Amino acid sequence: MLKVLEQGLFTTLQDQGRFGFKDKGVPVSGSMDTYTTKAINTLLENASNAAVLEITMTGPTLEFKASTYLCIGGADFVVTLNKVPISLYKVYKVKIGDVLSYGKLNHGFRGYLAIKGGFKSTVILNSTSYYYPITKSRCIKKGEELNYEECQDFSPKISEIKISSILNKNELEIAKGPEYNLLNPLQIKQIFNTNFSVSNQNDRMAYQLQENIEGVNYSMLTSATLPGTIQLTPSGKLIILMKDGQTTGGYPRVLQLTDRAICILAQKKYGDTIRFKLV
Amino acid sequence: MNNYTISIRPFGQHAILIEWPNIVDEAILEDILQFKTYLAKNFLFPEKWEIIPSYNSLTLVERNFPINFDVLKRNIKQWYSEKRAIKVKREKNLWRLPVCYDTDFGIDLEEVASKVNKSVEEVIALHSKKSYTIYGIGFLPGFMYLGGLPTDLEVSRREAPRQKVIKGAVGLAGKQTGIYPQQSPGGWNIIGNCPVSMFKATRENPIFVSVGDKVEFFAIERAEYNLRVIENEAGVYTIQKIKIDA
Repeated sequence: MLKVLEQGLFTTLQDQGRFGFKDKGVPVSGSMDTYTTKAINTLLENASNAAVLEITMTGPTLEFKASTYLCIGGADFVVTLNKVPISLYKVYKVKIGDVLSYGKLNHGFRGYLAIKGGFKSTVILNSTSYYYPITKSRCIKKGEELNYEECQDFSPKISEIKISSILNKNELEIAKGPEYNLLNPLQIKQIFNTNFSVSNQNDRMAYQLQENIEGVNYSMLTSATLPGTIQLTPSGKLIILMKDGQTTGGYPRVLQLTDRAICILAQKKYGDTIRFKLV
Repeated sequence: MNNYTISIRPFGQHAILIEWPNIVDEAILEDILQFKTYLAKNFLFPEKWEIIPSYNSLTLVERNFPINFDVLKRNIKQWYSEKRAIKVKREKNLWRLPVCYDTDFGIDLEEVASKVNKSVEEVIALHSKKSYTIYGIGFLPGFMYLGGLPTDLEVSRREAPRQKVIKGAVGLAGKQTGIYPQQSPGGWNIIGNCPVSMFKATRENPIFVSVGDKVEFFAIERAEYNLRVIENEAGVYTIQKIKIDA
């Protein structure tokens, strides 16, 4: 068990998500930055769907009640294990009573904590990813205990890697969305020549951008949306749907982020700058 | 079965969008759902593919790998023309759902009635006598876009959305009616409440409705509503389901 001493701002369990229920209106959920979770699960030699903790902006303090191994990645927080700072993308052994504590956020927005074998939680619709009310919890709470299987002995094939960080990237690669052709030359110019900044409306459902472009008035029948779909509203707002985003929408889907661009955006917070590049 | 002119467009690395003519039409929806069934059964299996129908479109999403648009587009055209020759069997159900139109729940019922120049009783009678078609499920898990509302009940959505619409609220907006499956902000006119959860994690089938199914509402009194809420919570309420031929 992992005891939550402090819960942080918004810390959730995430695996690869709930595939197969979009036709019932269920968002896919899952890790926002799969580039990071893939790396840390690989280091621990976990299944690719092993559940990790996704830690947003202000991290938790956690006490281990059984031995295991851990690896952290993603946003650059000051993280200490029994008050000694630890590094990203490195496997550490932890024993009963060890305390992992998240401090200052230096860079990025979402940190990830993986442990050997992954966290165990109730599987609903093929996934343990938190999404209220599909799951009972929205996020972990102080005093709660998270389950995992004890691991005494593990010799990682690779105990540390240097990965090329996506935290400094601010160029998002995008493809044309289904309604791209509604855009006029001015709108296209605005999209590709603007340094956009992330608005305070940003979460696991969607990121909105502060700068508007020329709007589009187009009446379309409700149709599917995906993580990474960029909708353009009549008032010219760009809404980028993320992993908990709704599965259908009625605004033109003008652009679509690549998988990697979703990971880059997931590490952006209020005020950060991004640019778009067509691929 | 008719074959329509379909358009096939890329939708990012993992998905492809197939569109039928841009109208709300039951025959088009049926063609879309037959094609969905045909694809899922023969070519695009559920372990790897999600197929999302809505009004006049099908979106195909590959789980893990990027798709080859040109190859898939060619295949889809081929499969669609093959389907023409086959009668695809698919499961289709009519769900009969209880609604309590008590004014405690139907907080906009009187306003709606005055807007459409009917009495409250007439609004309830009109709403609960029709069969509605599920044209899409989205916005929230289990939220149905129901088509087929009597034109007499068409009212525009509320000018200012409410911050909090309760779970089970039955609403009207434009040509649509539907049920809020969970508490959420919302701008529809609320006329009643359905005690059956549209999403329930502990139920064998957490979201029982599918796009293309039919829905009917029947009015219940407050006392029966209270009983159904308890039954629903305990998992002993049997949802009324009638199989229909597709």
